[in-house]
Amino acid sequence: MLKKSLIALAAGLALSTGALAQDKIDIVFIGKNTGNPYFDSLTKGFVEACQKIACNFEFVAPATAEATSQIPFIEAQIQRGVDVIAISPNSPDALNQVFDAARAKGIIVMTVNGDITGNESHRDLTILPTDFTKVGADQIEMVGSLIGYEGEIAILSATTEAPDQNFWIKGMNEAIKDPKYAKMKLVATVYGDDQPEKSTSEMEALLANYPDLKGVIAPTTVGVAAAAQVVQSRGVAEQVNVTGLGLPSEMRDFVKDGTVKAFQLWSPYNEGWLAAHLAVDLKAGKAKNEVGSTFEVPDLGTITINEGNSINTQSSLTTFTAENIDQFDF
Amino acid sequence: MNALRSILVRRETGIAVMIVLFTVVVSLYKPQFFTLNSLRVILLLTPLVMIAAMGQMLVLVARHVDLSIGSMLGLSAMVTGMMFRDMPGIPWGLGFVVAIGIGALLGLVNGALVTLFRLPAIIVTLGTLNLYRGLTFIVSNARQVDRQFIPSELKAMSQTSPILGIPWIIFMAFAVALATYWFVMHTRVGRQIFALGSNPVAAPLRGIKVTQVTLLVFAISGALSGLAGIMYASRWGFVNPSNTGFGFEFQVIAAVVIGGVSINGGVGSVLGVVLGVLLMGCVAAALPLLGIPGTAQGAIYGAVILVALLIDRSVRQQGIAGLRIARA
Repeated sequence: MLKKSLIALAAGLALSTGALAQDKIDIVFIGKNTGNPYFDSLTKGFVEACQKIACNFEFVAPATAEATSQIPFIEAQIQRGVDVIAISPNSPDALNQVFDAARAKGIIVMTVNGDITGNESHRDLTILPTDFTKVGADQIEMVGSLIGYEGEIAILSATTEAPDQNFWIKGMNEAIKDPKYAKMKLVATVYGDDQPEKSTSEMEALLANYPDLKGVIAPTTVGVAAAAQVVQSRGVAEQVNVTGLGLPSEMRDFVKDGTVKAFQLWSPYNEGWLAAHLAVDLKAGKAKNEVGSTFEVPDLGTITINEGNSINTQSSLTTFTAENIDQFDF
Repeated sequence: MNALRSILVRRETGIAVMIVLFTVVVSLYKPQFFTLNSLRVILLLTPLVMIAAMGQMLVLVARHVDLSIGSMLGLSAMVTGMMFRDMPGIPWGLGFVVAIGIGALLGLVNGALVTLFRLPAIIVTLGTLNLYRGLTFIVSNARQVDRQFIPSELKAMSQTSPILGIPWIIFMAFAVALATYWFVMHTRVGRQIFALGSNPVAAPLRGIKVTQVTLLVFAISGALSGLAGIMYASRWGFVNPSNTGFGFEFQVIAAVVIGGVSINGGVGSVLGVVLGVLLMGCVAAALPLLGIPGTAQGAIYGAVILVALLIDRSVRQQGIAGLRIARA
């Protein structure tokens, strides 16, 4: 009698936990590192999506953005048995094995905001904020329009080995060959290591070495803020146009006082929002992870899965100016 | 006594000569280096390091070391920044009191661990380096305090200038150096720090209260790190849990040691440390100006530190030899 009821109880438990697991899926997002304001906004997209749809969300990240620092975090999530691992990878190749282990357990692995270029077969899909092949050209056009398509420009980047940075810089070097930009000259590419001190020294050196400099592209949030501060404190914003990729929360003051006229980025929030919706739809069988298939995301519309199981949250960069910057709260 | 003074003078002269030589050589390649604006750039690279270096000097003179300064800077800057963010309308000057107070408290903890438990300072402060950084993450919930929350009056201290286009923050750093000079040269406790560091065994016999003096140097180092923390918020306009103050201890200890402070205690001068900080600032400003690629800058920066130390060492050995001759 006791035995029977125990079995019944166990069966009931199994049923109920099974039902619970179907109700809500577990999503974890592993960021590059903690304390990075960029990921606050991306995480917010996940959190707000999971308040509306059937998912539990957790954010974890290592203290430093080293190539191998995410591996123990991924292993812990495999142990925990999450349904979906979303990750902004710190390395294009160091994570292959641990990704394979996760996928062997049926976990969906999606890279978000950056891909493991060259090792795409080790993840299920990637969500990129925009078409990265267009970023370089968009930035050249941006600086060109600010300086009247004439004069010397320079690039202030992050670290010398950052894959996205180098990809965009390559795109800028290609784009500037267009006859439209014939009177523009790219005189230097320097690296501020995403540190305010180093970025400031490099920016000061650019101004000292190239007195005729008309524009600076800093495609990194730390670099563009540091460059803007140098131009602001030197009082040369009229001569030197600083632009690049920046966070509205960090650039608001510089845009409002006229130091920076315009800069660009995408919406990190939408990446998280889209990733959560896609994860739930994939697990529920409402969406298929196949090239060419489409799915619906509230507020973003119909999203298509492109070549290489790659998804873009927006087709081109958003430009922030004094007119629209207050509409963005990240 | 005259011989001793001339040696001290000679050591500081050595650093000054290095600065002049470095400036001349760089200016030959890049005339832009020898301009008023370049001076402004160099000076703006130094105030945080200079403020913290004064505290580190006292700790080293007392025959200890403080590795936790970067984390004390980060934690006091974070708490101050969060206060500005979460309590709008609070007087911005209060930030200095809070930052310095928190720093002093953290420094006292270091000092207490070193004196009460007789642990080596290098181990204690290595522990608190991680502990304080971890606390910074916990109190901030790993979130950055953004530019818009730092009071504009505070940010203006790094931008506006009372004279010659040199911002306030630099005058503050030199004021701290002057106050430290007065403290070590003209107060009883200041002299006792040197006496303690030169001979820790004899110090208590001479009536020096070793525990109090040790607590004091660590508290000063903490308080000045706290001051450097709010200056960070002024200079860069944000406070980040992982970046703010990260690796700061290396810059400061390098500058202090180049400035002639002995890691064996008892020896050091404010003027030497100021010159050491300025030399490091010159190097940091010159490397990008010379167009040295980012990949090579770290190695060159490190090599410059070693060369400066080697020159200093050879000068010092001659100085000690000279002292022996003078005594004989």
